[in-house]
Amino acid sequence: MSTETLAAGLETALPTTLFRFATAGSVDDGKSTLVGRLLHDSKAILADTLDAVARTSADRGFGGEKGGIDLALLTDGLRAEREQGITIDVAYRYFATDRRSFILADCPGHVQYTKNTVTGASTADAVVVLIDARKGVLEQTRRHLSVLQLLRVAHVIVAVNKIDLVDFSEQVFRDIEADVQKVARELGLGREDSHAGGVADLFVVPVSALDGDNVVDRSERTPWYTGPALLEVLETLPAADELEAELESFRFPVQLVIRPQGALAPDAVAAGLDVEAYRDYRAYAGQITEGSVKVGDEVSVISPGHEPRTTTVVGIDFAGQSLEEAAAPQSVAVRLADEIDIARGDTIAAAGTVRESTADLYASLAWLSPKPLREGQKVMVKHGTRTVQALVRNVTGKLDLATFNVEPASNLELNDIGHAQLRLSAPLPLENYLHHRRTGAFLVIDPIDGNTLAAGLVKDHPGDHEDERYVI
Amino acid sequence: MSTQTTSADAYAADAAPAPSLDGNAASSIASSYDRPDATPGAASAASALQSTRLSSLDTLESEAIHIIREVVAEFEKPALLFSGGKDSVVMLHLATKAFWPGKVPFPVLHVDTGHNFPEVIDFRDRTVERLGLKLVVGSVQEFIDRGELAERADGTRNPLQTVPLLDAIQRNKFDAVFGGGRRDEDKARAKERILSLRDEFGQWDPRNQRPELWNLYNGRHTVGQHVRAFPISNWTELDIWRYIERENIELPSLYYAHDREVFARDGMWRAVGEVSQPLPHEEVITKLVRYRTVGDMSCTGAVESDARTVADVVVEVAASTLTERGATRADDRISEAAMEDRKKDGYF
Repeated sequence: MSTETLAAGLETALPTTLFRFATAGSVDDGKSTLVGRLLHDSKAILADTLDAVARTSADRGFGGEKGGIDLALLTDGLRAEREQGITIDVAYRYFATDRRSFILADCPGHVQYTKNTVTGASTADAVVVLIDARKGVLEQTRRHLSVLQLLRVAHVIVAVNKIDLVDFSEQVFRDIEADVQKVARELGLGREDSHAGGVADLFVVPVSALDGDNVVDRSERTPWYTGPALLEVLETLPAADELEAELESFRFPVQLVIRPQGALAPDAVAAGLDVEAYRDYRAYAGQITEGSVKVGDEVSVISPGHEPRTTTVVGIDFAGQSLEEAAAPQSVAVRLADEIDIARGDTIAAAGTVRESTADLYASLAWLSPKPLREGQKVMVKHGTRTVQALVRNVTGKLDLATFNVEPASNLELNDIGHAQLRLSAPLPLENYLHHRRTGAFLVIDPIDGNTLAAGLVKDHPGDHEDERYVI
Repeated sequence: MSTQTTSADAYAADAAPAPSLDGNAASSIASSYDRPDATPGAASAASALQSTRLSSLDTLESEAIHIIREVVAEFEKPALLFSGGKDSVVMLHLATKAFWPGKVPFPVLHVDTGHNFPEVIDFRDRTVERLGLKLVVGSVQEFIDRGELAERADGTRNPLQTVPLLDAIQRNKFDAVFGGGRRDEDKARAKERILSLRDEFGQWDPRNQRPELWNLYNGRHTVGQHVRAFPISNWTELDIWRYIERENIELPSLYYAHDREVFARDGMWRAVGEVSQPLPHEEVITKLVRYRTVGDMSCTGAVESDARTVADVVVEVAASTLTERGATRADDRISEAAMEDRKKDGYF
């Protein structure tokens, strides 16, 4: 690369950051076409892939005599999907603009929509929900929005697609926009609350995925819409960890203890590592899940069977660098002042910010398995870096996603979202998912075959309900 | 709308110095974060932390290290699939960072097709030596010699790797194997999980995968099953190259432009070698080429390139209009679902 190019780059471009988003909607809404359009117009599709899609489009007679490329084909991954014309599983796609690198979790809508939407939304900074402009808000839209509210996705973008098929009618768009906002209000999803506990921003954008209107560039065919195009929204929204950074205290689940005891890395020694100084090296390795930490900070070590023990951070190491401070989501190794027995599964947290560990778990469960949940069932719970046994004491209700009402239930089936109370074999430092998207999340695992049964979201214990909005 | 080419300038600006063992704290912090004004040294550590996020490369690195540590903590006997190819080299580099100042706590596994480029085998051996690792080799040639595998009519040995791979996994009782697969490589890989369960026959069942939620990985498995772990699932080819540049990672020399005797076959430039001989009508010429992927010599093609340095390669990859597998792998051209079929049989 020439010096001139490099200099020009330095003047104009900042390093890109990562932004994760998911799409939710069905094939009928044109979701695959929208994803294909985003990838195509952001030039993420390379020539050989496009050639293959063009050949298949022609073979199938796509677009009749006019021809054209069926962008939906870009997202078909598996043979069965191509054969049946459906999408089976979450697929991940990658594209980049000047500002950002994007990871797109493309979640199919028809089959197991809750399972897929929950999976995609659990790591997403934003979710794009598709609506067909000819159909408006359907029960499925309500279900999608409800799941996103439950998972505390930071930003929700509703793309009103096929706006070309309603002659770019402002009235149609405004009616749908009003319906979306009404549903959002019922759910507590919306802009007014955007700074309270990560409750979502909401955007409604009119698009035509087929023709590209308002997908990457603003369209002249919707002069009444003055907002940003879909990609502009995605490029400028703050990521979830930016929003959460100021709200959260330091949380660090210990993955493992780094204690080489003389078995130092030969390459590090060859590069000049002081073997004597590192003989008794001991550090706790993990990924910061929330907040930030500085050298000198007081921290509490949370282990089962112990009162929280307080000590001081004396070092933050990362592969030979000594850091003064580190923040989520960095992977680091932390050294502490006192010799405390710490193992995988323990949590290091900002001193005095963690409430007492508890073995009574109240939670919302998104049930993801064909095996139903029964009261009295034994399961495993994986929270942070600790896995414990658990007993399902009772199922206290099931959410009707269309009406948002909680109805009585004694079991949960695939795609159900319900409330349950579990008793754990050891206390865990559980935190309300409403305020802690990482330390409030857990997996429910089948002890027999090891499969993941449910996505779990920690709720407050009944009685210490501080936030009435947390109705779901 | 931007093009991939303009992005390359941003990537060049993102290059940070390689970490040093005695780097002082302030400069370490500054290099770990985006600089708000992209002027080196202008951002204090404190303001960098408050006002910016990790760059995409730092985020991907952190995610990969988290995954590598999870697998080491939760499995009895992991191993890392190491071919000397760029993705496996990056993965091994991430592992050294994850356990610093300790040694990488698992062996590396190489499935040797017998058709490897000699400089890649040499690189493999030097790397293993440098890091003090144990190397386990599964040999395709030995299976052929014993009559347990048959040479294919087209001479390609990449698809033959699956049997020696599964054999090595079983014999060494590996319960987790790190692979350098990336979801941007192929449409079947786009649906792969970060931790992917394999049955007793090493088979992948794409329709019956575990949902992967938050950063909580479920690696539970029963006797006979094992797990494939893909810590760099979310990296693109360009991310890999930007990272190699930033971290100053050594690669086998054939990734960079060099003169080589080649002949044209199936729209690709094939190297002339012991196992890769031109047919009478195929003309041998010397060309300036490099490899975008490094695999079996009998099916991996070179691309014409004058990218002699890592910075040149970053620019070239950013501007490329072909996928790396489309450009260089004969085995992925066999059918639309070539990778899917091999993965179901236990391939990586």
